[in-house]
Amino acid sequence: MFELIGIPPQALFGQLLLGLINGSFYAVLSLGLAVIFGLLNIINFTHGAQYMLGAFVAWMLLNYLGIGYWWALLLAPVIVGLLGVIMERLFIRRLYHLDHLYGLLLTFGLALIITGIFKQQFGVSGLPYSAPALLSGGYNLGFMYLPVSRAWVILASAIVCFGTWFVIEKTRLGAYLRAATENPTLVGAFGINVPLLITATYGFGVALAAFAGVLAAPIYSVNPIMGENLIIVVFAVVVIGGMGSILGSIITGFGLGLVEGLTRVFYPEGSAVVVFVIMAIVLLVKPAGLFGREI
Amino acid sequence: MSEAAIAGTEPKAAEMSGEALLSVSDLHGWYGESHVLHGMAFDVQEGEVVTLLGRNGAGKTTTLKAIMGILTKRTGSVRFGGTELIREPARKIARQGIALCPEERGIFASLSVEENLLLPPQVKPGGLSLDRIFELFPNLKERLSSQGTKLSGGEQQMLAIGRILRTGAKLLLLDEPTEGLAPVIVQQIGATIARLKREGFTIVLVEQNFHFAASLADRHYVVEQGRVIDIIPKAELEANMDKLHAYLGV
Repeated sequence: MFELIGIPPQALFGQLLLGLINGSFYAVLSLGLAVIFGLLNIINFTHGAQYMLGAFVAWMLLNYLGIGYWWALLLAPVIVGLLGVIMERLFIRRLYHLDHLYGLLLTFGLALIITGIFKQQFGVSGLPYSAPALLSGGYNLGFMYLPVSRAWVILASAIVCFGTWFVIEKTRLGAYLRAATENPTLVGAFGINVPLLITATYGFGVALAAFAGVLAAPIYSVNPIMGENLIIVVFAVVVIGGMGSILGSIITGFGLGLVEGLTRVFYPEGSAVVVFVIMAIVLLVKPAGLFGREI
Repeated sequence: MSEAAIAGTEPKAAEMSGEALLSVSDLHGWYGESHVLHGMAFDVQEGEVVTLLGRNGAGKTTTLKAIMGILTKRTGSVRFGGTELIREPARKIARQGIALCPEERGIFASLSVEENLLLPPQVKPGGLSLDRIFELFPNLKERLSSQGTKLSGGEQQMLAIGRILRTGAKLLLLDEPTEGLAPVIVQQIGATIARLKREGFTIVLVEQNFHFAASLADRHYVVEQGRVIDIIPKAELEANMDKLHAYLGV
């Protein structure tokens, strides 16, 4: 068996795979944040809780209604997305004319409430959610073993990210969205229903978080604090990619997952902070983020 | 004094053909606490081009914004084709068939020229086809895939006008379409406006460039401190030149 700079390939590729999976979650979650921030100017701190809600809705669908993983992948984002729509209509809408800080405080508060309710109800030890039969097993690639469930997370995230990018950059609806991000007043004066577009965008961004939550359910356990742990890193990813940049959040998400994986191989002690170190450097060198437009 | 001036001249506008397509009366508007429009009133018949003339800060742009519903704090009456619009939001006003070409042009940087052109949805049947728009502004056709804001100022203005011609809007509100443009482009835009008038568009034109406006408009409304202080029909323009120069301070 060959070794790469003193690292056995099994360990290297294993960590890269793990990094890519983490990167998949970073990408989908930071994409949702970018979509929301772009149009609403709201830093959606509820995102982690909505990711957790996605996983819990999948768990509830299975345990209360007997609805399995594949349907949950579709239903949980819709259900959580609709909760997001209600949230936007009831609360967030009232803050658009105020400073970013108010939106941040509101969504942070809502995250605490939602997470608190689930902690109270389900505890923090985590609930198991078994992967469907189709995702069991794996491929032996020679240099490493690739479990199907992990490959699926990466594939599904990549498809959702590409689909979202495509809709935003290449379709008429996406053109409305980009235009409304720049100048909502003028877009409204063309006869486009901007408030509806905003609500739908928030619902979609939240649905992305919930989708990531369902993907996470069989891999990690379903836990009220699963979002809290992840969301801080995701915010760092968003800052590195550039607030509001669609392509930036996708590439940075996957890229930083890989960087984290590599760090775990070569300097394990640094793996927990590497993203934040990169964030600090990016903020020093290019404050608008790698893909952000300088303002 | 201004009330009397308006009362004396209003019948001229109204006697032309029944109810005006656009009828603005007693329009007041506010930016926050600041009262900017003080009873704007004017009528535009279908197929007419009228201008709002006046010094900077007289309330011309604000009037267009109030008609369009972009200025939300407004009272009075804006009737379009017999429908009262004063309480409608901008998107509903646009759906009635009114389109604005804003002073700052409003070309979207994150959209290509083609996307900018196709952005405003069709609100009424009978808008110009893309081919007709390219006929009016051949430059646009060459640059469809460019980023909207990479165009020259003149081309951006053409794009800003071109995109609202597609929508089927019958009333165009053009806010200083010649501002900062080279004379040859100003001519081209002038010719376009004349052609749009021949094709039956109704146009409210805000202009600083009086010589540009003079050749196009059926009637000029002189605006000062948020109200119309004088109305000069095209035929009486020559006789009123001195007065007009005094109004505009040129």
